[in-house]
Amino acid sequence: MPRRAPLVLSVAAALVLTACGGPADEAGGAAGTTSGTGGHPTGTLTVFAAASLTDVFTDLGDRLEEDNPGLDVQFSFAGSAALATQITQGAPADVFASANQAQMTVVTDAGLADGDPVVFTSNVLQIAVPAGNPAGVTGLADFAREDLALAVCAPEVPCGAAAEDVFAAAGVTPRPDTLEEDVRAALTKVELGEVDAALVYTTDVTAAGHAVEGLDFPEAEDGVNDYPIAPLADAPNPAAAAAFVELVRSEEGQEALADAGFRAP
Amino acid sequence: MSRREAGVPVPLMVPAALAVAFLVLPLIGLVVRTPWADLPDHLTQPAVGVALRLSLVSATAATALSLLLGVPLAWVLARSRIRGRAVLRALVTVPLVLPPVVGGVALFLVLGRQGLVGRWLDETFGLTIPFTTTAVVIAETFVAMPFLVISVEGALRAADARFEDVAATLGAGRWSTFRRVTLPLVAPGIAAGAVLCWARALGEFGATITFAGNFPGTTQTMPLAVYLALQRDPEAAIVLSLVLLAVSLATLLLLRDRWLGRSVAT
Amino acid sequence: MSLDASVAVRRGPLDVQLDLAVADGEVLAVLGPNGAGKSTLLRVLAGLLPPEDGRVVVDGTEVWDDVGQGRHLPAHERRLGMVFQDGLLFPHLSVADNVAFGLRSRGVPRTPARTAALGWLDRVGLAGLGDRRPGQLSGGQAQRAALARALVGDPALLLLDEPLSALDARTRLTVRAELRRHLADFGGSTVLVTHDPVDAMALADRVVVVEEGRIAQAGTPADVSRHPRTDYVARLVGLALLPGTGAGTTVRLDGGGAVAVAEETVGPVFIAVRPESVALYLDPPHGSPRNVWPARLVSATPHGSTVRCELDGEVQLIADVTAAAFAELGLAPGSAVWAAVKASEVAVYAR
Repeated sequence: MPRRAPLVLSVAAALVLTACGGPADEAGGAAGTTSGTGGHPTGTLTVFAAASLTDVFTDLGDRLEEDNPGLDVQFSFAGSAALATQITQGAPADVFASANQAQMTVVTDAGLADGDPVVFTSNVLQIAVPAGNPAGVTGLADFAREDLALAVCAPEVPCGAAAEDVFAAAGVTPRPDTLEEDVRAALTKVELGEVDAALVYTTDVTAAGHAVEGLDFPEAEDGVNDYPIAPLADAPNPAAAAAFVELVRSEEGQEALADAGFRAP
Repeated sequence: MSRREAGVPVPLMVPAALAVAFLVLPLIGLVVRTPWADLPDHLTQPAVGVALRLSLVSATAATALSLLLGVPLAWVLARSRIRGRAVLRALVTVPLVLPPVVGGVALFLVLGRQGLVGRWLDETFGLTIPFTTTAVVIAETFVAMPFLVISVEGALRAADARFEDVAATLGAGRWSTFRRVTLPLVAPGIAAGAVLCWARALGEFGATITFAGNFPGTTQTMPLAVYLALQRDPEAAIVLSLVLLAVSLATLLLLRDRWLGRSVAT
Repeated sequence: MSLDASVAVRRGPLDVQLDLAVADGEVLAVLGPNGAGKSTLLRVLAGLLPPEDGRVVVDGTEVWDDVGQGRHLPAHERRLGMVFQDGLLFPHLSVADNVAFGLRSRGVPRTPARTAALGWLDRVGLAGLGDRRPGQLSGGQAQRAALARALVGDPALLLLDEPLSALDARTRLTVRAELRRHLADFGGSTVLVTHDPVDAMALADRVVVVEEGRIAQAGTPADVSRHPRTDYVARLVGLALLPGTGAGTTVRLDGGGAVAVAEETVGPVFIAVRPESVALYLDPPHGSPRNVWPARLVSATPHGSTVRCELDGEVQLIADVTAAAFAELGLAPGSAVWAAVKASEVAVYAR
């Protein structure tokens, strides 16, 4: 129990502090490659991005600020659905990065995207188990076991939709104990050891650190989640929006995404 | 001029009207945005009935549990002279300021499979609490009981303690006095506290979804269903909210009439 | 059934140390100003407040408090009844259930408890009001019900805490007279706490005047008012209270003689005369006063600028005269004087 305390505190802190931004400045930011947009953008850039992008985008935002003195990058990280709703309600954002096509469609259908969105990365599911895999979970078939405590995302949210796809492809009828409202909530239950396994994104397992282990499984390919990004039609700062989208799609941006467990589109 | 007879001074009237607008307009917003044409379709979904029933049952159970434990606690806070009462009172009200999600995590740490008490329950009796309806009731009780305790403690402090002296001089011991005198005297306060507690339990989201999880039929209460519906179908979410609103309003009005109304009248 | 109490208790700045003995059937009035420690004494006797030192013994053998022996009987185990200042009937119970409360607490089944309660309501003149709520009673009715509630269990000790002070002047007269009758029938010991000397004089067999937590003086009501030992007692209990029978504007005194009063009265009454309203003359005065009696000065006690004069004669009176007048009249114990009182200065209480 004493060894668990720091983890527990960090989990609690993370829950409280979600949406308060990511880690502090990354040491020695690499040189940027944002030329070609016609001068350095300045002012404030507001990016609405899926919560799973928190760490990578915060890092990329810092790099963009370093390359463009006078530019201030602000993020709003939350569930894609909540962000899409906010944008359609008139939130003053410059860029929207969604964790699935469906929520981007909400924005494009409202005519609020500037041009066609592009898929800049994707995320595949992994089986997350507590460190040491105490229940001996080996693959997707274990999600049909009644004796295990299992968490899967609710079908209403992107990771749940992806989970439904992989289960259908594998022919497994899952018997989850809880349908989680988002990936982080599912992961919390793994970190606390309250569930034996949860189906979450690879990136979340990577970000969770030592308390969680990720197991790859072949059927994951059937539930790949594409992440589209688009500058917004009503962007207050279109130049900066373009610069940010370009950075995300650049080699540098793709490397950062790969480091966090994302896959190339 | 004849308006003066209403007797509400302007410095009170204006903020009061603003308060009403502030509290009621969002509800009106919900009603206005309700897709009335699709209402029957949404309402006849079996999932709605299941979630609503679970909500009502668990909120009522949480209120009963809060009464059973909270009223005695309120008595201890209001009447006893135990040391550290101020600290105790502060601790008891912590769930009011704690973000409910953190409350859910804290419940895991105590009652979860790996929790202080939960591990023992699991090893000794094979009982696991998380992801069950019991967990829903526990999470709601954790969040809602402080409302009851604070109301009842206030009622006890306001009640004339001399009645308890009278009962003692008439041969009633402390327990008998509590049962036959104190409890009936503060009944209106207990009723008000129970209503507050029930309402809070009915709307509970954060602690429930964390500690009890979300599964239709066992742990998915209305607020959870609303939240998830919001992810995919905001219209369905509005309908669900409206149902929850209508049911809770009806219950509260009914109770107020037959319960609070009567005790105020006597 | 008797009470022997010797208690010491501290309440804030007040240090209360009182010794009391009350015999069977006796009514002891504890008289004193607010904050003198009277109510504290009652709370100790009731067992609501443990004393810091002393003993409370009932019937010679039943020890309720003995600090030396570490014994403290809680209130609910004491055979007592208590009436509080504003009645304090339980608002959530009917009047009959209020009266039956003590019997039910002590294990009497519902039906006999209710029968006994209704019997007592009848005795205090509230027959037919048993099903009312306390809120539907007048102040006087509530206090009668409170008395019935205290007496129904046949207690060894009856404690009355300012039982009349919350009543208006008119109700007070009638309730006081009824209380007197019930106290006369009560076989146990009674301790009455009051700040009103009329209550003490009219209801008590003996009076204890309490001042700042200590007994300033004790004795029969007549004795205390005639021989006040301190200025305070003199100011508080200067009253001459005489029993008589009213007939129109005249009251025929039980001890002989008649007194003219301002209001018409009928039946048994007390008349009360304050010492400052008694004037003394060496010769029979002429003019307005209708009440003039010959008397002999028994004793004279100076208090500040006045002299308290105890008078003997057809009517037993007390007079306060200024020291200057006392000297001018050349009075001394044994002197023959005329005492005069205006009819409007004589108060009448039903008895």
